[in-house]
Amino acid sequence: MGFMAVIGFAVARLRNLFAVVMLTGIFSLTAAVLYVLLDAVDVAFTEAAVGAGISTVLMLGTLALTSSEERVESTGGSRWALVLVVVTGAILVYGTFDMPAFGDPTAAIHHHVAPYYLEKSGQEIGLPNVVTSVLASYRGYDTLGEVFVIFTAAIGVLLIIGRPQFGRRRSHRMLVGELHESMRTNVILRVVSKLLIPVILLFALYVQWHGDFGPGGGFQAGVIFASGFILYALIFDIDTARTMIPARVTRIFLCLGVLLYTGVGIAGFFMGGNFLNYSVLAATPVSGQHLGILLVEFGVGLTVAAAMISIFFTFARQEH
Amino acid sequence: MAALFSSHLPALQVVLALLAAPLCVMLRRPNAAWFIATAVTWALLAIAVVLLGRVLDIGTITYALGNWPAPWGIEYRIDLANAFVLVLVTLIGSVVIPYARASIAAEVEEPRIYLFYCMYLLNLAGLLGIAITGDVFNLFVFLEISSLSSYVMISLSRDRRALVAAYRYLIMGTIGATFYIIGVGMMYQVTGTLNMVNLATLIPDLVDNRTVMVALAFLSVGLCLKLALFPLHMWLPNAYTYAPSAVSAFLAATGTKVAVYALARILFTVFGGSSLIDDFGLQEILVTFAVLAMIGGSAVAVYESNVKRLLAYSSVAQIGYMILGLSMASVIGMTAGLVHLFNHALMKGGLFMVMGCVFFRLSSVQVEDMDGLAKRMPLTMAAFVAGGFGLIGMPLTAGFISKWYLIQAALEKGWWAAVAAILISSLLAVIYVWRVVEAAYFKPPPKGAAEVGEAPLSMLVPMWVMIGMSYYFGIDATLTLDIATGAAETLLGGVQ
Amino acid sequence: MEFLGLINYWIVIVLMMTGFYIVIAHDNLVKKIVGLNIFQVSVFVFYITMAKVEGGTAPILAEGITTYSNPLPHVLILTAIVVGVATTALGLALVVRIRDAYGTIEDDELENQEGES
Repeated sequence: MGFMAVIGFAVARLRNLFAVVMLTGIFSLTAAVLYVLLDAVDVAFTEAAVGAGISTVLMLGTLALTSSEERVESTGGSRWALVLVVVTGAILVYGTFDMPAFGDPTAAIHHHVAPYYLEKSGQEIGLPNVVTSVLASYRGYDTLGEVFVIFTAAIGVLLIIGRPQFGRRRSHRMLVGELHESMRTNVILRVVSKLLIPVILLFALYVQWHGDFGPGGGFQAGVIFASGFILYALIFDIDTARTMIPARVTRIFLCLGVLLYTGVGIAGFFMGGNFLNYSVLAATPVSGQHLGILLVEFGVGLTVAAAMISIFFTFARQEH
Repeated sequence: MAALFSSHLPALQVVLALLAAPLCVMLRRPNAAWFIATAVTWALLAIAVVLLGRVLDIGTITYALGNWPAPWGIEYRIDLANAFVLVLVTLIGSVVIPYARASIAAEVEEPRIYLFYCMYLLNLAGLLGIAITGDVFNLFVFLEISSLSSYVMISLSRDRRALVAAYRYLIMGTIGATFYIIGVGMMYQVTGTLNMVNLATLIPDLVDNRTVMVALAFLSVGLCLKLALFPLHMWLPNAYTYAPSAVSAFLAATGTKVAVYALARILFTVFGGSSLIDDFGLQEILVTFAVLAMIGGSAVAVYESNVKRLLAYSSVAQIGYMILGLSMASVIGMTAGLVHLFNHALMKGGLFMVMGCVFFRLSSVQVEDMDGLAKRMPLTMAAFVAGGFGLIGMPLTAGFISKWYLIQAALEKGWWAAVAAILISSLLAVIYVWRVVEAAYFKPPPKGAAEVGEAPLSMLVPMWVMIGMSYYFGIDATLTLDIATGAAETLLGGVQ
Repeated sequence: MEFLGLINYWIVIVLMMTGFYIVIAHDNLVKKIVGLNIFQVSVFVFYITMAKVEGGTAPILAEGITTYSNPLPHVLILTAIVVGVATTALGLALVVRIRDAYGTIEDDELENQEGES
């Protein structure tokens, strides 16, 4: 964690934005490692894919479209900011005094709602990965909201920069073109990525379905799947990559995913259950849960993959 | 079939809006998207009214999502306070969306319009989700849905300043949401639950816990950022000014109101059973900022020549009124605050719709450009006068009712400074309303002014419906007052 | 006062405040988003830190293991991470448009330009 603090300070001081973005990626990756150490494997997986992966790619894309150097700024305004930050930090530290010690198993947090999940999810849902049980079933509604957040972001990006008439497009295409030239002629990159991309896509499918048993699930799978396409686009040709998954298709999958998730929720109505009750979907509650979780995770994977692909391409080509 | 869905209305209240959003995206046509948005909003209004009726009949309704009982699952909990908010939000939406058809068509580029309605539906879903939930983390998720869609909608205006306004709102809003999440995390750490009712029963045993105190602070600051309480209001003026007119109307009437409700819910339902609110001096802090907001907001509005920005600062002041009522923690005070929430939504929504009509014809909202407008756009400017009276608090308007109750509540508590602030800000309101009225009615049109006619009927009718409602509820306020009083009692009564 | 038990939290707070500082003190729009990211990631680390149980393992049910770390914060943070990246994507999209419209992504230059509009 000390390492992360060092990175944090470096980010604050550095002015070269490219370095800043790279460091942020490293920050995320370090956080992911920390999560593994803290037993949060699903979270580590997601942070690595989403935080270190997608965020960094998007920031780099933004830098390519804007400028890469932060201008020297005056220090005057930062004084009150420093005061505010120190005060907030002090209040937080004050708040820690009554917190349970790190790792304390008798802390309240581990004794109210959490033990129920650990004890009962085996019987009620029958999946080893308790995080998946909670995410997709017990608190499935939050996850539905989360998928809609991703949906909102994808549509939002489309709305904000998805137009062919934005001024810098020509110069940007040139910039990306230059990158492409250097990458296209680099044999190693091309060969390795051609080998890797199918593996990446397969791995994504594995992660999607295996999430019940180990770390994984819809989000991670969706991001990994998208990264396969993004890799192709970066190394080879953006336009060819786009013809493989045209905007129409990403849009449809984007909507299909959320509609699937919501649909599963509504299906419960017809069987006498509340919204998002999976137990009523099949002959036994447990198999109903399995079916429900399978379907909703798939919906999540679809929308997340489509969203990531859509966002990337919208940034890269500023298209509809 | 109807009976089947009838037991699931709480879920449908939000899910219907969520479902409609991707449908708009798939259809790709602006008119179809508008149609879906209108139909769904009206259906949601019907649902909200039915739910309100049920709550009035039988009391608090709960609905367990996934049939997992709380606190292991997420539950929806509808009592008078949030049933009230649900009706308000859907009502505003139902009136603004028909209006939006012409307004948005004029202000947003055509190929994007169908996506605009998708965003609107997501925003609506987010707001309704915040109001209806009984789980603090679920509130965060829907808070972000509504916030993200707001940022996007604001940025859609052709004016490039909207982009910067949206960006600043994004930064401040995300800081607020992060503070909220810090608060939730701390609360979870010491209680082990995320369910509001559950938290309420566990907190009284933890009053001395410093983590809880800090959590309360962060939750409050986070929500105060979202409801734009002075001095955390900085994102609001630009966001409301540069957003497309229909967006300003909708957001001004709903966004901050739902945040006020959320604050009330956290302070009174979750933390209410304990003495924390009093110990902490939270009351004093809120009142101070509320009074500053009331006077400061109104004062700045006086100097504004961009009428939308004038109305935005007026909103900052009006939010001060709501928080003043809330912080009194008395039944009359809360009632006043809640009634004002409703009334202000109607008035401000209507006024922003007026400016939308003005912009539609003039492409400007500067007061100088509005000279002599009353002759050319009589119905529109009459609406402004009517709404303006409401802001001032003239009798017969809804604004009068809320101010009357607020003053009564403040007198009951002996808060003279607050009474003075209410009166001063009302006087200031007279000044800033007069500025616009004077220009429109008493100044000659500028030379070479365009020959403009009235705004189209599709915009005039909803606008007058909104203003009309603010008068209806001003003349006969029994319905709103009864519900608000009931809501106040529910909130202050803690958890039964 | 068990300082050692709390040190972890304090370091996280330092991280949070670094991120927070970057957001409010720096003018460059992209850097602000970077700061926001750091702030958010630090909050996530805070949640996950509180989930850890001494001697526990990842919350995947398996034969022979009795102590698990708390799964609920993991679930919450998974959601929060996604919300965070959604916000970042939208923020960056706005930055791109702002650069197109104004020619700069420094906040104070933007303010100067706005004054004239």
